[in-house]
Amino acid sequence: MSLEQLPLLQQLMLVLAAVVMFTSFVLLEQARLVAAIHAFAWQGVLVAMVTALVAAGSGLEHLFFSAALTLALKALLIPWMLHRLVRRLELDRHREPLRRPALVIMAALALVIFSYWVVTPLVAEELLFTRNIVAVSLAVVLTGLLMMVIRTQAVAQVLGFMSMENGLFLAAVSDTDGMPLAVELGVAFDVLVAMILFGVFFFQIRESIDSLDVDRMNRLTERVDES
Amino acid sequence: MNAIDWEITLLQALLYAAAAPLLAGWIHKLKARLQNRRGASIWQPYRDLYKLFSKETRMAHTASIVFRAAPYIVFAATWLAAAAIPLLSTRLASAAMADVIAIAGLLALARFFLALAGMDVGTAFGGMGASREMFVSALAEPAMLVAVFTLTMTAHSTNLASVIDFNLQASSLLRPSYMFALAGLILVAVAETGRIPVDNPTTHLELTMIHEAMILEYSGRHLALMEWAAQLKLLLYGVLLCNVFFPWGIAVDTAPGALAGSLLAIVLKLLLLGVALAVSETVLAKMRLFRAPAFLNLALLLALLGLLSHVILEVGL
Repeated sequence: MSLEQLPLLQQLMLVLAAVVMFTSFVLLEQARLVAAIHAFAWQGVLVAMVTALVAAGSGLEHLFFSAALTLALKALLIPWMLHRLVRRLELDRHREPLRRPALVIMAALALVIFSYWVVTPLVAEELLFTRNIVAVSLAVVLTGLLMMVIRTQAVAQVLGFMSMENGLFLAAVSDTDGMPLAVELGVAFDVLVAMILFGVFFFQIRESIDSLDVDRMNRLTERVDES
Repeated sequence: MNAIDWEITLLQALLYAAAAPLLAGWIHKLKARLQNRRGASIWQPYRDLYKLFSKETRMAHTASIVFRAAPYIVFAATWLAAAAIPLLSTRLASAAMADVIAIAGLLALARFFLALAGMDVGTAFGGMGASREMFVSALAEPAMLVAVFTLTMTAHSTNLASVIDFNLQASSLLRPSYMFALAGLILVAVAETGRIPVDNPTTHLELTMIHEAMILEYSGRHLALMEWAAQLKLLLYGVLLCNVFFPWGIAVDTAPGALAGSLLAIVLKLLLLGVALAVSETVLAKMRLFRAPAFLNLALLLALLGLLSHVILEVGL
């Protein structure tokens, strides 16, 4: 099957999936936390759009619901909560550029190639066209993971974690026509609860090490009480 | 290929040279209007060129033959590169040499002599401008080639005329790779033609100028040729972007009616491109020189993503 034979709806889906991958890179390279939160919100919007397109293409009604849920949660509620947290933690002017941006980008590109290589046997099975999006979703997951590894700032790590979740959701939607509604609701509330817990933890971390740079945790030493 | 084809090919090359100052004038005028000035007429670049051609040419005592020859080489190489890009029709005699890698090579030749001329006289500004130009272009070139490879992988040819033909046939398709390649090429074009935010074409401020620093020592007809070559380069990138990514309207034969329609289409496309460029130059500020690598890394990233999304999303189907 080639691109010419795909209906316009599915071509649009491929384009959106590619843009989701791009937002992952934007998120990875963003120095300012507020801008990174915005990039994450846009990724949520795009994932919701892909879900809505899958729903329109397949006629599965519960997918419309999960598209709306994704839009409400990942594009509006969670970014808003993060925004509020960042303001309360007085980090909205915080800037933390990557130390070696070119190297990090090359690593992320290598991850994209790796995820394509992993998915190749799946694609060769001549299945749904959306299998190609699986490679993109895997790339989004791995890029989120990379972001959690290279960022030392707790809020940025949470953003990486949340974008991993976006990648997983994209894979589920495009590959298997979405999860059952019960599972989806469960995951959505999990993410929400995780977000609230992260919010609490940010304050805890800052109180104990006076910074949100989790790298400093490496320097914690056990104080031996000599008395 | 018959005689008429050659005539039209020659006409197209002359049209490139004749239209280049007009595009520059149009962008100048638009920028002036956006800044609430009345601005010079859009014919002003022609008057400037005429004035420079009729002026005496002065040269520094230290200038060598390189300095004297560079304007002609720069202009000829740029003009040749431009003439190879299909402007009106994809079926002209020049289509045979419209190879993107050859065009990139011709532009590199022009840039090489521009930088040499900048260093030749031995002034501080010339050398500084030349080193900056090389710095920017060394970063821009890989991004441009990767973006171009995305196109050529899709169309299975490095010949621009065949690429345009291919895109014309499949122009209703949405290709994620083209979107990225277009974005990457726009950034490269901005850097290569010395526009804001990489270089400011109107400044003579010593700390920021790149292109102007190299041609600071030129006067008279030499300066006119250098300016003209810069305008041609802008037109070249404009036509490249318009005709490759938005090929609608370009003629696929050499019938007079089709050529006229094609001319109208490309003029409209370039007018729109001029508006976009003028708006972006008005809202953006020039970057520090050391931010340029980040800008061009973004171009490279976009181009690479285009390549990867072509392989992942379009071929593996």
